[in-house]
Amino acid sequence: MGAAPASRDVTSYGMGLAVPLALFFLVFFVAPLLQLLWLSLHNDTAGLHWGIGQYLHFLTDPFSLSVLGSTLLLGAEVTAVCLVLGFPIAWLYQRVGPRLQTVIILIVLLPLLTSVVVRTFAWIVILGRQGIINATLQSLGMIDTPLKLLYTQFGVVIALAQVQMPLMTLPLITALGRIDPNLDDASCSLGAGSWRTFWRIVLPLSLPGVIAGCTLTYAAAITAFITQSLIGGGQMLFMPMYLYQQASTLQNWPFASAISIIFLLAVLAVVSVFTTLGRLSRGYGGA
Amino acid sequence: MADSPSGRSLVVDAVTHRYPSGALAVENINLDIKGGEIIALLGPSGCGKTTLLRIIAGFIAQTQGRIIIGDDIVDALPPNRRAVGIVFQNYALFPHLSISENVAYGLAARGIDKAERQREAQRLLDLVQLPSMGERLPRQLSGGQQQRVALARALAIKPSILLLDEPFAALDKNLRLDMQIEVKRLQRVSGITTLIVTHDQEEALSMADRVAVLSHGRLEQFGTPSDVYDRPQTLFVNTFVGSSNRMPGTVVSSDRTAAKVRLDAGAEIIARPAAGALADGGRVTVCIRPEHLQFVSDDTGFAGVVGMSLPLGATVVHEVKTADGSGVKVSQARIGETHALENGAAVRVAPLAPALANAFPATL
Repeated sequence: MGAAPASRDVTSYGMGLAVPLALFFLVFFVAPLLQLLWLSLHNDTAGLHWGIGQYLHFLTDPFSLSVLGSTLLLGAEVTAVCLVLGFPIAWLYQRVGPRLQTVIILIVLLPLLTSVVVRTFAWIVILGRQGIINATLQSLGMIDTPLKLLYTQFGVVIALAQVQMPLMTLPLITALGRIDPNLDDASCSLGAGSWRTFWRIVLPLSLPGVIAGCTLTYAAAITAFITQSLIGGGQMLFMPMYLYQQASTLQNWPFASAISIIFLLAVLAVVSVFTTLGRLSRGYGGA
Repeated sequence: MADSPSGRSLVVDAVTHRYPSGALAVENINLDIKGGEIIALLGPSGCGKTTLLRIIAGFIAQTQGRIIIGDDIVDALPPNRRAVGIVFQNYALFPHLSISENVAYGLAARGIDKAERQREAQRLLDLVQLPSMGERLPRQLSGGQQQRVALARALAIKPSILLLDEPFAALDKNLRLDMQIEVKRLQRVSGITTLIVTHDQEEALSMADRVAVLSHGRLEQFGTPSDVYDRPQTLFVNTFVGSSNRMPGTVVSSDRTAAKVRLDAGAEIIARPAAGALADGGRVTVCIRPEHLQFVSDDTGFAGVVGMSLPLGATVVHEVKTADGSGVKVSQARIGETHALENGAAVRVAPLAPALANAFPATL
């Protein structure tokens, strides 16, 4: 692998430019993470006894495991809703004129331009007992008593799906935009109907975008502390809130640290499943 | 209807298409194509040839007129029901499917079972001389090979009409000739009525049985390559197909087959009136191809001064400035160095023979 003397090794220069960011990460990300790991390896709140007791406690406690399970399930539900609702928007975007494209992109991006807190309170207004949905259904005479929408899994999924939608739609728009429009015509001229074209051509070729969108949406949905706690209320407990309670209310820092590490590993596991799928699909659609 | 075994006739009947903006894409196009013919749609970019192709394929619904394939009016049929095979300019192979899956795609859409599909795909890959490429992905093939696959894929559905959209534009020159021969061979074998959209006149003239020349959405001429080249009906066809000198002049006398024209450059020549007899004294544009002009040593023809001389291999093209200030190109066969002409030399130029020139009424 003798490099030609004329060409400089591209990896040898430019690294210096990354030093400030590297330092920043070292001080504000790696160091706290190590501290977290260090804390989690103590069996008592005073931090006097080393051990993996906190981890054993979490992994043998049915309540903790159910919180982890419901959080991971919540992420899956939100991701599924975003995919099912986001794909048609992205598909539409590639098939309308430039004016409508601007409108669609604005609608997609709009949630990002308002604060999560504001958007979440808007959902409380919409989903509440006296909220827009219940008031409308009641005035139409379709229901007698208000539906319970707020503080339910359904409400949390819907609100999170709206909040995280851009993370799904934007990668999908990019992926669909990379597909040669002639492929649609080619498929059609070969006798395929719209559904066959979608399943055999459009969907497989958009897989890289689907996987990117799912990864982002999933990671964002399960860690969305504000929306989860405000829409879920006291009855629904997810990992971020569980963590917060242990750390701030109960001052049980070692256990909170262990929860963090376990949660982190769980998220990493799911994300790496997605990226593995992405790598498999790249040979497939990334041509 | 004269249908050859597998090639069906295609009639484009008074087709007009208007864009939503109101602009005309194609206007009153009439083509009567016999089963098994190769037709070239020739024209500069933006002339409406691709729009016409997409209308025939069913991707665009024309504003007026009918498309008739065989005995069927197909206007109401969507593209996937027309049995029209298309080879796209960029081939549009499905990048995630193997070569044989690409070829078999249309068969799968027709519900043909897997074993039969694979047999048929292999037969077509043999036909386009890529028998062992079935397992590869499109990006592992060269441009010429991808085009063969695109052809095989289009032929797999046994189309009644085969449409080729600028099929050779992306290939380099040597490969292009091979592929043109290949397409012509496949067309002869299958007998499929074929329509080639192209802006390349050599391609149109060499491949097609008949050529339809389009300009600004109108059909300028529809005839055999020699009709189009030797007997152009319009000034556009004369100047677009092959190269041509345009010389202004005045009609001295004319009947239906010959017109005597006084060129502004200073000579009287006999030209073929392209659209019937011309009015005496009327202004005309005379088109003479560079290869139909020669240098003469007597005082016939018109005078000029040699400007640039370009040796183009087999021929040398001389640019000659005429007395009225316009320039003409004169092409000479290259025989040794005998035809070298000095820049600035005074010469006389005359047509090789009468009636090689075409006269068109001058447009104001």
